[in-house]
Amino acid sequence: MTKAAFRDHLGRPIVAVTGMGVVTSLGQGLADNWAALTGGVSGIHAITRFPVDGLNTRISGMVDFVDVPVENPVERSYAYARETTDEALAQAGLSGDFGGPLFLAAPPIEPDWRDRFALADRAAPSQRPGDAYDRFLAVLRENPSPALHEAWAFGSISERLSDRYGTRGLPVTLSTACASGATAIQLGVEAIRQGRTDRALTVGTDGSVTAEALIRFALLSALSTQNDPPQKASKPFSKDRDGFVIAEGAATLVLESLESAVARGARVLGILKGCGEKADHFHRTRSSPDGGPAIATIRAALEDAGIDEVGYINAHGTSTPENDKMEYLSMSAVFGEKLPAIPVSSNKSMIGHTLTAAGAVEAVFSIQTMLTGTLPPTINYQNPDPAIVLDVVPNVKRDAAVTAVLSNSFGFGGQNASLVMTAEPA
Amino acid sequence: MAKAKNDVVITGVGIVTCQGVGKEAHVALLGADGAPALRIDTERFAPYPVHPMPEIDWSQQIPKRGDQRQMENWQRLGVFTAGLALDDAGLKDDMEACGTMDMIVAAGGGERDIAVDSLIVDEGLKRNDRERLLNEKLTTELRPTLFLAQLSNLLAGNISIVHKVTGSSRTFMGEEAAGISAVETAFHRIRAGQSTHTLVGSALVAERQDVIMLYEAIGAHATGGWTPLWSRDDTAGGGIVTGTAAAFLVLESRQHAEARGAHVYATIDAIGGDRGARDDGKLEARLDRLAEGFAADPQKTVVLSGASGLHGLTAREKAWAENRFAGAALRGFSAVTGQALEAQFPLGLALAALALGDGLEVPAFDPAAEGAMSAPAETAVVTTVGHGRGEGLAILSAEK
Repeated sequence: MTKAAFRDHLGRPIVAVTGMGVVTSLGQGLADNWAALTGGVSGIHAITRFPVDGLNTRISGMVDFVDVPVENPVERSYAYARETTDEALAQAGLSGDFGGPLFLAAPPIEPDWRDRFALADRAAPSQRPGDAYDRFLAVLRENPSPALHEAWAFGSISERLSDRYGTRGLPVTLSTACASGATAIQLGVEAIRQGRTDRALTVGTDGSVTAEALIRFALLSALSTQNDPPQKASKPFSKDRDGFVIAEGAATLVLESLESAVARGARVLGILKGCGEKADHFHRTRSSPDGGPAIATIRAALEDAGIDEVGYINAHGTSTPENDKMEYLSMSAVFGEKLPAIPVSSNKSMIGHTLTAAGAVEAVFSIQTMLTGTLPPTINYQNPDPAIVLDVVPNVKRDAAVTAVLSNSFGFGGQNASLVMTAEPA
Repeated sequence: MAKAKNDVVITGVGIVTCQGVGKEAHVALLGADGAPALRIDTERFAPYPVHPMPEIDWSQQIPKRGDQRQMENWQRLGVFTAGLALDDAGLKDDMEACGTMDMIVAAGGGERDIAVDSLIVDEGLKRNDRERLLNEKLTTELRPTLFLAQLSNLLAGNISIVHKVTGSSRTFMGEEAAGISAVETAFHRIRAGQSTHTLVGSALVAERQDVIMLYEAIGAHATGGWTPLWSRDDTAGGGIVTGTAAAFLVLESRQHAEARGAHVYATIDAIGGDRGARDDGKLEARLDRLAEGFAADPQKTVVLSGASGLHGLTAREKAWAENRFAGAALRGFSAVTGQALEAQFPLGLALAALALGDGLEVPAFDPAAEGAMSAPAETAVVTTVGHGRGEGLAILSAEK
């Protein structure tokens, strides 16, 4: 290949994906996940990790099969990220120090209730209402706990990953809410395009489903309450959708400049062709009714990629009444009369909403869609929303050769990010 | 250094510390004849001394009461200070500029409801079905809006809502390192032409028991009365005195700034961050690498050290800085503002920008340990060594 073949339409280094790893409620590893996802299998199940008495939502897409030394969201988020990164680096054929930066999308984890109860057990009795933190602090003054510091610090997961994989420099831990996974990838793409590195490790992980997390989202009326049967609750683009199903998971993508990937003989799985983002100032949890920021985000991603058509859209498709309507509106505005001919499916119909990890998980599945020529379906599509006219790849996978995919991620706080991925240039 | 179109320049400074609100108060202290008056609260969070929030009229930057009510003080402070930076850059009501402005915020988490947490753990002491108790109490006691006030990325989200900054919105987490990475990332994006103008910053409300608890988990917070940063009482807690503070900067490419005739405070010449084990001189070796670009006249250099006050680490940083920047004026700004966690590094850059912008001779903050400056500052070095991990360093130069 000539040097020019390693540059994109704007003269920037082309960014290749050379390794992928994924964990969701469907299983561990890309092979198992892909078999289940294309088989139309749901990973949504009844919550068993904590009691659900009195809760309106009692189902989730938790990952219950990865061992953790201590039961808390930090350990879970770390463990999932470790598993997917091991898998991705193995696929990329990389061992030893990674030697590039780490961009980690991780949930903003509050201290765990077990820790608060344990501190209260060790503390002096209450002297007045509302003095628990005085007592916690008194306990810690006497007996500091580095383990608690690590559990409470937001930088601890990336610290452990940096040590384990020998990444370079200061790792970035980020949150753009439900767009975080896509933002981590975008940061990796930007770093390679800046010429500061030949490779970047991009990870999205979320093991933060606890009673408090569930209740907080429930109080915002964001979650499905269609508990029975669990597998039927997540029904993106359906008329009777009533909220997302909270879930866990992780994904890692090894990004490399195409030039460096080819030079070392790595297999190129796909190209991270374009990224777009645009923030929304309309409301803390709701999107602009005109879809303006989401439209701008998709357009920015396509423009960054230098293309105006895609063969498949991996939708954000959360199954909330609002998201699916807004996402449809924005896709319609961008693709116009071509939209009905573009298959659009939502992985969340099967894995639920993996929150911080979602953008990364769905990027992995987007690349895999191109590699295998199989479109994963949107399951539970029995009662289409008449206001959303889409080819959602209803209920059953479909064979289709696709060379360009758009993946959308939208989140609370006006967060919007879209990625465009293309097949490896033959 | 020759000027270049893609130089990263600071054109807006928003700053709030215990010393006051906005740049005037801070330019005054950076150009004063002596160290500023100590502002410390040793009562409210006793035994922990904290540098308190100054009096703030939120409505100056957050005009809608409804917006104010949706936030707690951490988000309010960040949104307020971001507004100061936009105002200072002359971009506050420029819808076009704000609509294309990128944003990176370094954030922790928002205020927990201490009363509800207390209620639950106290009830839990009487019951053995604590998980069921949690469901009962959280379902009935949590305020839905408090979730949004706690969410890390909702500081940025509220800046978008209140100030209409919507080019992009990214939130970095992870204590001091988040503040370092935020500025570092903004810097490299502008250098590479990926952004033309970026709002970057952070806020910390130290007057929170849930914040103090992070430090105290490793016995890092000072107790008792305030003692000087460089000679902190090592029998009274771990040495760190936290401070409520916020700093936001408008960074632009020189080309973008000049095209609109913006006032340039300073240029960021170099910036970097790193991490790793700190034993056996490894910390100092990393700091040496981060400072490799420094080649300025030490007589005209102020080193704004973000040393936290933590016993041991603070002395190491001082020894390293006095050696590496021999002849330069060392200023430990935590002595004046307190340590501000995620906001520490942006705060150091804000102080540096103000000192360079006005060519100030920055007075010793701790006259027993810091010498006087003999010439106006033309170069500033900003350091932050995280209390648990992560280090960052920036080199800035005055506009000539």
